[in-house]
Amino acid sequence: MSPQMIDRLWQAFLDTLVMVGVSAGIAVLAGIPLALFLVTSEPGGIFPAPKANRVVGTIVNGFRAVPFIVLLVALIPFTRLVTGTTIGVWAAIVPLSVSATPFFARIAEVSLREVDAGLIEAAQSIGCRRRHILLHVLLPEALPGILGGFTITVVSMIGASAMAGAVGAGGLGDVAIRYGYQRFDTTVMAAVIAVLIALVCLVQFTGDLAVRRLRAR
Amino acid sequence: MAGLAFDSLRAPARWIARDRPGVAAAPAVVTATETRTAGTVRFEAASKTYLSAAGPVQALDSVDLDVPAGAIFGIIGRSGAGKSSLLRTVNRLEEPTSGRVLVDGEPIEALDTAGLVALRRRVGMIFQHFNLLSAKTVRGNVALPLKAAGLPKPEVAARVEEALRLVGLEGKADTYPSRLSGGQKQRVGIARALVSRPEILLCDEATSALDPETTLTILNLLRDINRRLGITIILITHEMSVIREICSDVVVLETGRVVETGPVWRVFGAPEHPTTRALLEPLSRGLPADLAPRLQPHPAPGTATVLAITFSGQAAPDLSALAAAAGTPVRLLQAGIERIQGHAVGRMLVAVDAAGPDAEDRLRALGGTIERIGYVAADD
Ligand SMILES: Nc1ncnc2c1ncn2[C@@H]1O[C@H](COP(=O)(O)OP(=O)(O)OP(=O)(O)O)[C@@H](O)[C@H]1O
Ligand SMILES: [Mg+2]
Repeated sequence: MSPQMIDRLWQAFLDTLVMVGVSAGIAVLAGIPLALFLVTSEPGGIFPAPKANRVVGTIVNGFRAVPFIVLLVALIPFTRLVTGTTIGVWAAIVPLSVSATPFFARIAEVSLREVDAGLIEAAQSIGCRRRHILLHVLLPEALPGILGGFTITVVSMIGASAMAGAVGAGGLGDVAIRYGYQRFDTTVMAAVIAVLIALVCLVQFTGDLAVRRLRAR
Repeated sequence: MAGLAFDSLRAPARWIARDRPGVAAAPAVVTATETRTAGTVRFEAASKTYLSAAGPVQALDSVDLDVPAGAIFGIIGRSGAGKSSLLRTVNRLEEPTSGRVLVDGEPIEALDTAGLVALRRRVGMIFQHFNLLSAKTVRGNVALPLKAAGLPKPEVAARVEEALRLVGLEGKADTYPSRLSGGQKQRVGIARALVSRPEILLCDEATSALDPETTLTILNLLRDINRRLGITIILITHEMSVIREICSDVVVLETGRVVETGPVWRVFGAPEHPTTRALLEPLSRGLPADLAPRLQPHPAPGTATVLAITFSGQAAPDLSALAAAAGTPVRLLQAGIERIQGHAVGRMLVAVDAAGPDAEDRLRALGGTIERIGYVAADD
């Protein structure tokens, strides 16, 4: 590979990191409150709001049902509104976050649901208010599961970010398609794949390690 | 478990007066007879109906009950009788559908959120499965009630230490609950319930998940807490021996209704309701297996009368008086006399040679109830 190509790969790698990193951050910031809402607003939950729960649940399902590649295109007007452009890293972050948030929220929801109702009851019995229950019971007790779910989310976002590359977002997917697919440069293709594999392995390894640490106590 | 720790953990009405840090005063014993205003619970026609998918379930049916301050009050009944439902109305984990519950004479149904939180700090609760937070250390678990109450950090730390000392877990503050044994977990649960200095402690099958030996140590701890801190304890158990061991009063529930209640020595000594009798069955001893088949329904020459003398709360039976009353040789076949709250309770099986009705009357005058079981050969 030429030095320019290595440079291009490096740049693409950084782009992918930014795309995935920022979108993952948004997915956490939006997904955890969303998951908390879905769990606690159920009938019998600590903030019961059955109607709102159904509405939000349906919207989340709607987003989950749309394939990422379709979402990418369908969201173009919204992306332009938010970022002022429809190409480049920042433009890709919009559909990536929009797709990752409901995905992560559903995974986090499962972990939150697994928190023993007895713990919530115990917290109530010692005079915890609802925000204490969120802060001291639901989130910490579900944390290992949420972290594991976050790892899954990031890994699938790395894949999705490559798809975003196909519509001009930059990043590793963009390089792979432009050089590897359109110009039959198998070396570049192989390099991209190797980098992606390494990245996914690193993310998974770190995530697993963190979960193990949490569960070990 | 130093007396000092107990002193400063005293229930509110008392620790204000007695909390003198640094003064190692002899721990004052609060007796049940002492008049106290804090720590009473009163149920007035409390009913609870759950609306489940399968239709309404009536768990409590107009329960009227008084729990005096300083009591260790046992709730027994078959599975599904409504024990947990009753207990959980005291800190409003469950709201009665009708009727009301009064804590310290004040109805609790009208409390707003702040009032409810305050109530729950006066009413601690421990659970069968401990319900400790796995993500927090022992210290973190015990500190939570105080943190939620917004107490300043130094005070939280001091009171957590105190509570851990009280339950004998000083060295375990930084351990996570998953590293503790069942008995230790329940001690953490007790420390967490007591750290807010409650007047009332609710225990829902708190020893059901523990082995017999650990159960005893936890019961001793509860009894200690009751005696030294004057905390009223209301507990649910399926083990009648637990009631006999530590309770002062007991209530028997059957399909949501109170069928019998009173001091343990009386209810256990002379159970009146069939449900109570059935529940107490494991404690009672039947006829000795070797004797039962030889028992004859009618007297015959050379037989002795087998009498069951049941004591339910009298002074300890006087054996010489018993022999004198019988007037003939008396053989003790079987005896199980327990002492419950200073009362002799239990049953004696004796064989009396040639006992006539007047011998039975004389025996009855000694204070027990007499039942003729049958006849056996005099040399049996
Ligand atoms: N949340 C609930 N929803 C519907 N029904 C309930 C609920 N909680 C309890 N019940 C029903 O109310 C009745 C009394 O239940 P409760 O838990 O008070 O019994 P219990 O005496 O504590 O039984 P156990 O000894 O098995 O713990 C039962 O028939 C039970 O099925
Ligand atoms: Mg129960």
